[in-house]
Amino acid sequence: MRAIDLAVPARQFVAIVGESGSGKTTLLKIVNRLLEPDTGEVRIAGESTRAQPPHVLRRRIGYVFQRVGLFPHLTVAENIGVTPELLRWDHERITARVAELLTLVDLPLEFGSRYPAELSGGQRQRVGVARALAAEPSILLMDEPFGALDPLTRDALGGEYRRLHERLGLTTLMVTHDVLEAVLLADRIVVLRAGSIVADGTPRELMNDQTDGAVRALMETPRRQALRVASLLDDHAP
Amino acid sequence: MSERFAAALSVLPEYLSAHVVLSAAAMALGFSLSVLLAIAAVRSARVRWPVLLFASIVQTVPGLALLALFYPLLLALSALSTRLFGSGFSALGFLPSLLALALYSMLPVIRNGVTGILNLDPALGEAARGVGMTDWQRLVRVELPLAAPMFMAGIRTAAVWVIGAATLSTPVGQTSLGNYIFTGLQTQNWVDVTFGCVAAAALALIVDQLLALMESGVVRRRPLRIGAGAALLAVGVSFASFARIGGGDTYVIGAKNFTEQFVLATLLSDRIRDEGGAATQRPGLGSTVAYEALAAGEIDAYVDYSGTLWSNVLHRTDNLPRSELINDLRARLAERNGVRLLGTLGFENAYTLAMRADRARELGIRTIADLAMRARGLTIGADLEFFARPEWPALRDAYGLEFASRREFSPTFMYSAVAEGEVDVVTAFSSDGRIAANDLVVLDDPRRAILSYDAIVLLAPSRANDPLLARAFGPLLDAISVEVMREASLRVDRDTDKESPAAAARWLEERIR
Repeated sequence: MRAIDLAVPARQFVAIVGESGSGKTTLLKIVNRLLEPDTGEVRIAGESTRAQPPHVLRRRIGYVFQRVGLFPHLTVAENIGVTPELLRWDHERITARVAELLTLVDLPLEFGSRYPAELSGGQRQRVGVARALAAEPSILLMDEPFGALDPLTRDALGGEYRRLHERLGLTTLMVTHDVLEAVLLADRIVVLRAGSIVADGTPRELMNDQTDGAVRALMETPRRQALRVASLLDDHAP
Repeated sequence: MSERFAAALSVLPEYLSAHVVLSAAAMALGFSLSVLLAIAAVRSARVRWPVLLFASIVQTVPGLALLALFYPLLLALSALSTRLFGSGFSALGFLPSLLALALYSMLPVIRNGVTGILNLDPALGEAARGVGMTDWQRLVRVELPLAAPMFMAGIRTAAVWVIGAATLSTPVGQTSLGNYIFTGLQTQNWVDVTFGCVAAAALALIVDQLLALMESGVVRRRPLRIGAGAALLAVGVSFASFARIGGGDTYVIGAKNFTEQFVLATLLSDRIRDEGGAATQRPGLGSTVAYEALAAGEIDAYVDYSGTLWSNVLHRTDNLPRSELINDLRARLAERNGVRLLGTLGFENAYTLAMRADRARELGIRTIADLAMRARGLTIGADLEFFARPEWPALRDAYGLEFASRREFSPTFMYSAVAEGEVDVVTAFSSDGRIAANDLVVLDDPRRAILSYDAIVLLAPSRANDPLLARAFGPLLDAISVEVMREASLRVDRDTDKESPAAAARWLEERIR
């Protein structure tokens, strides 16, 4: 990665898109110090992320993993409560928070006592989101959170998350390779190529006035697909 | 058969409890070390291969050799500690067995643990960091719980190994179920050998099943099963350690690993009981281990042989006449270790040469000097160590012995070889019961080329002036003839109508009265 200069205002929903190997996940991991940059720094509300030990930083930032990463030996409730537990919240507060989060991600309360292996992929990712939100972070990092889900679940979960983002006043950085998802969910899209930012703007801006050919091709994919779907529907109209 | 079975059963509580306590202690020590090493190996690739290599190398050393290696090592450490802190520790018995078995138990636990942690999905490690765990929290909350089933599988393997290998601790002076096997093998008492094997196997099986219960509890996250398995194991171990306590002032009688020693140790124990004392036996000790055990106070008394102590303990190469040797030995052992040479039993167990009685008569041979004149036409059969021992050149040079050919046998086959006329002369121990059984005659040694090997009773420094031992052993001194001793050993060694060492000891005691 080189010469990345990115300022994200509070409460913005930023999608980071780009091809495989363009540095999307690396950028995300640098934010909560799962990776350390060779040079440069990340500041949150004006304070450098190096001002405190990495584990303290990470407890303040929610992270939803590409491969979910639920702990298989812990129940759903224990998975959700893991960061509050590390922060030494008292027992009742954790129990209440877990119940609140299960409701928030639309899972029945009795799921709390199940193990991750007993859940479907979509349910697991709901738990993943709940776990990331557990310690009431203001920032959420999401690494292709809905990538492994079937289209229907994916669409539903994406929409639901966007509403959570609004309701809780979160700042979200979401990595995705799916431009349509980025266009539908994000306030702002950052396009990476070979470790550099090649485009940065609202979905509307990037789709309409793009000079870079490759970026235009990328951004036009959703529109092209939408038109093809529309024409298919027209052909078969009675 | 049933008498021997009852005899074996009567010492089971002692042997079994010692075996359980030893195995449990070794497992606890080995397991703690293994987990620490496994963690270190997982954290650093630079530590990983030396740790795994070390554990693998330990595993390739035969169990018996590992135990034997700890003895000189601890002896040196003890000497060092005596010099530095003024007090040493015993290099025999529990400590070397514990350390060797603990080492032996480590490979499966380390290897399984390292594999278990390294093979975890890397996404889990990243998730652990991502939710804000420190390295330590990641290890304790995620990696160890998830690798626990692998650790448990390693522990099960290790437990079975340790319980089996613990039978090998008998020769270094640690009581175990191996006592049955070592003494049984020596006296060809297959009841004892089988009893020891079955007991050790049954113990291993039970422990394995309890650990399997815990393992399934770990895998399926059923705390009840883990608790039940752990509780039953704890009950077994505490029961065994409770059985080990008690019997405060019991005399411990040692025995080396051959029939005559088993009979004599039983005789000494019986005499102590006759005088109102309590006695227990520590049979199957290695030859030099026995003396060191006595000097260290691990055992209170045993029977050794003057020539053995002279050459193996005092490292002397000269030869003294029989009674001078005893007097010299008495003074030197007292000075060296505070060990008391109580007295001689009255017979020798020396290396000697023996022939079939009819053949000796036919050739007119009564002494080794007679033999030397005929030797060029004869074949000698020896046990596996004779030609390497100092007795052989001493004999050869004193009498100018030269045989037509020489052959080596294990003792049992050596006696059948001479009985069947395959060889003419054999080496023998003068008090061996098989001399009489095979109708052999022992050739005199008029030039006293071979050291005398008088059977002598030795007392530990702390028991040197024990009045009960003096009363108990006094009647035995100079009271056992070589013929009686041979007959007593033969009762145990013979193939038909075998007696236990205990029965032979009772027979022997009756001859003395």
